[in-house]
Amino acid sequence: MISPAPKHGAFVAKDTYRKRRMRDLARAVPVIGVVLLGIPLLWSDAALNSSAIVYIFVVWVLLILLAAAISRVVSNDPPKAT
Amino acid sequence: MVAFNVLVAVALAYVAFLFAVAFFAERRAEQGHGGWLYSPVVYTLSLSIYCTAWTFYGAVGYAARSGLEYVTIYLGPTLVMVGWWWVLRRLVRIGRAQRITSIADLISSRFGKSRSLGVIVTLMAVVAATPYIALQLQSVTLSFSVFADAGGRPWGPDELGGGAKWVAVGLAIFTVLFGTRNLDANERHHGIVMAIAVEAVVKLLALIAVGVFVVWGIAGGPTQILAEIDASPIARWEQDGARWFSLIFLSAAAFICLPRMFQVLVVENVDERHLNIAGWAFPAYLMLMSLFVVPIAVVGLRLLPAGANPDLFVLTVPLSQGQNGLAMLSFLGGFSSATSMVIVATIALATMVSNHIVVPIWLTTRNVGEAKVSGDVRYVVLLSRRLSIAGVLLLGYLYYRVSGGGTALAAIGLVSFTGAVQVLPALIGGIFWRGSTRVGAAMGLITGFVVWSWTLFLPSFGNGAVITDAAAMFGPFGISWLRPDALFGIDGMDPLVHGIMWSMLLNTAMFFAGSVFSFPTPLERLQGAQFVNVFDYSAGSQPWRTSAASAEDLLIMSQRIIGGLEAQAFFQRAASRQGKVGYLPDVTSEFLESLERELAGSVGAATAHAMIGQLTDGSGLSVEDLIAVADEAAQILEYSNQLEAKSSEQDRTARALRDANEQLTALSIQKDAFLSQISHELRTPMTSIRSFSEILRDSDMTAAEQGKYAGIIHDETLRLTRLLDDLLDLSVLANGEVVLQDQTGSLSALIDRAVSVAGHGVDLTIKRTRAAEDVMLRTDLDRLVQVFINLIANANKYCDADRPALRIDVSRNGAAYSIDFIDNGSGIRAENQQIIFEKFARVSDEGKAGGAGLGLAICREIMTRLGGQISYLPGQGGAAFRVVLPVSAILANQ
Repeated sequence: MISPAPKHGAFVAKDTYRKRRMRDLARAVPVIGVVLLGIPLLWSDAALNSSAIVYIFVVWVLLILLAAAISRVVSNDPPKAT
Repeated sequence: MVAFNVLVAVALAYVAFLFAVAFFAERRAEQGHGGWLYSPVVYTLSLSIYCTAWTFYGAVGYAARSGLEYVTIYLGPTLVMVGWWWVLRRLVRIGRAQRITSIADLISSRFGKSRSLGVIVTLMAVVAATPYIALQLQSVTLSFSVFADAGGRPWGPDELGGGAKWVAVGLAIFTVLFGTRNLDANERHHGIVMAIAVEAVVKLLALIAVGVFVVWGIAGGPTQILAEIDASPIARWEQDGARWFSLIFLSAAAFICLPRMFQVLVVENVDERHLNIAGWAFPAYLMLMSLFVVPIAVVGLRLLPAGANPDLFVLTVPLSQGQNGLAMLSFLGGFSSATSMVIVATIALATMVSNHIVVPIWLTTRNVGEAKVSGDVRYVVLLSRRLSIAGVLLLGYLYYRVSGGGTALAAIGLVSFTGAVQVLPALIGGIFWRGSTRVGAAMGLITGFVVWSWTLFLPSFGNGAVITDAAAMFGPFGISWLRPDALFGIDGMDPLVHGIMWSMLLNTAMFFAGSVFSFPTPLERLQGAQFVNVFDYSAGSQPWRTSAASAEDLLIMSQRIIGGLEAQAFFQRAASRQGKVGYLPDVTSEFLESLERELAGSVGAATAHAMIGQLTDGSGLSVEDLIAVADEAAQILEYSNQLEAKSSEQDRTARALRDANEQLTALSIQKDAFLSQISHELRTPMTSIRSFSEILRDSDMTAAEQGKYAGIIHDETLRLTRLLDDLLDLSVLANGEVVLQDQTGSLSALIDRAVSVAGHGVDLTIKRTRAAEDVMLRTDLDRLVQVFINLIANANKYCDADRPALRIDVSRNGAAYSIDFIDNGSGIRAENQQIIFEKFARVSDEGKAGGAGLGLAICREIMTRLGGQISYLPGQGGAAFRVVLPVSAILANQ
């Protein structure tokens, strides 16, 4: 990913473009997580823990699946050996 | 009931099993077969040291007290892991590029390899970690006492204290054995990581087993357990938003900043791609760990009497149902959680203490030039690391005893987290913001530490224990806005949220202000650029100017730190990369940089930098150098760097050619000198032979006189023959016409033979280590002994010490054996080391030895013929030659 070429070219190949948006998605995952995990705080005081448990664990599994799906597209290649 | 003795036996058997796993993994890694040691699964499982005994036992207790709040402790790390692209990827890359050994090393290295920052972070880490280690000791002893209670013999305070002591001693032994076996270049501990991975599986299985038993065995299924939750005392969702988010933030930050997490996340990482897998696999692990916590808590609250300690429900619920096997498994799970955390935490802290406190002090108390024993610094580092491990565990044990091991200790987990998290602003600022400086980092760290101590840590000792009641009620010296639970007069906040908020806020503010208003040193700016732009500059910059330090001095220093064989191998590799033969590469800035990194992997960046700085001219870095690297113009420089990389091949060739040319020039001079010398050598005997034979022919003399003159003629012809023999021998060897014998004998006997021939009747003291010489050889022994004789004779002739002594060392390096002949004279000067193996080469031109300068040339030819090597070994304090035996010559099973 080291390229001496200007980093912010206006047009890049379609694959490169897609890859960059996937990285953006990878960055967005924790933000999505924070928002979703904050939602139960808006519930009324009458809400029950049993529904909170179901909600939190469903969100948790979704985050894991999302991260797993992204990790197949976005790879963390180490630098070439020098 | 489980007999208590059975429990102890099972625990000991489990520990023995862990020893075996660790030992086996180390062996595999040493032999280079450890492929599966480097799998992402092992990496993911090793991260599970985040789940300590506090979370294994304590999460259920936490849930029994405050409902779902416990889940925040797992949600924070989940968010960090799924967001690995932000911080972790950068941290791991920096850790690998800069060979970071600990979080203190990272901070110190980022801010100009500062020693003081390393010390500050180390001290903070030790203070914050001590209560946490005490907590682990407590949980293991409590879990033992549960079984003792169940067996009808409840433990008193003495047994509890004794139990904690033995657990601490056992952990110290395990950690010292597997944590300090070697100063691995990257501080990786394969045995320990493997043992931790096994423990991770055990604790997950244990908790899931208890959970499954509770949900399906007792409650009767998922629907029933949800109904039971609705009917329990913790039915209502009543979370305070501030606490909810503060705790998620706290656990997320602690996941990065805790020294032990940094150790497994960054230091023990063997492959950056593992983050890809761990990014979702570790959150899954955490999710499974917390899935059954509320069910266990709810069932425990229903089944057990009101006074029962909810922190031990994981053990007491199965016990109360007569499930002894399950209780045992659960005990092993808790045991695993506690031990794995303590082991990694002590290793991480011991590395920091030894690299940032002990070794710098040790180095400043002595003159670097005076002690030159190979490996002495390495020995000190290892020793201090072992002592630090024992010291950290002792601190934890003392804290446990002093605090009384009550519920006060249980509350300190989050306080300890908050202490560790004070590193966060400096860490995040350091890797994302070029403008952050050492002054800012130090100000932020100290401010955060002080605020944390005042608002959370000191009050945690209990009312009136450290802070007096008056100071707590009305503020210190009556200053009311400094009250520990209401800084600046803001009252009524949750104490933990209050402490987290103010410490992080003031810490970050001071860090920012200090950075903005101070000016960084050149080295800080350089390191800042390297850390922040770690993905843009793959090639390192060049902090060292090519300097006057000689390669030999550097070799001597490196031998002290990383040991003789490793240092020699490193120098040899560097030399061969430059296209040179031997142990001494050219001292280029690239070489100095790679050497510094190599040393930093053992003793930390600050110490490595200081030690090299002592040999080169100062820090070696000027503002001009810096502009070339760290300025915005570096983008352009990157281009030329790549061009340079392309031309480095030519560079290497040119260097080899230059060396060859120098050698040829030197040789040609030598050859001229030799020609005149050999004509002199040939003429002198010829002249005396001629004149004495004339005398014999022309004059009458007695038989005695005739005999005397004939004797002189005979001696002179012998001298001529020897010279011609040598020349012949050499040409035979060089042309490959020699037939090698196949003989078998022991190395020891061979050296005996050489010593008796060459060392006979001379005042040369020969030191040997006979145990190491016990090797059977199969090669041409007559030729090999010729080499040994020559080397001993050389030492005898040329060693200029008052009391000449020769040391013969036999050492093993992998499959190869090498024999070093080291005398105590003044050695051979660097410029002559290149040519001594050439024909006719002679270093001292006095000719006192009477040889023709052919001995070493013959030795080299012989060793080449035998398939081995002979070379000059610099940096040993005298002339030193290394003979490397051919691998094929060594008979197996020796």
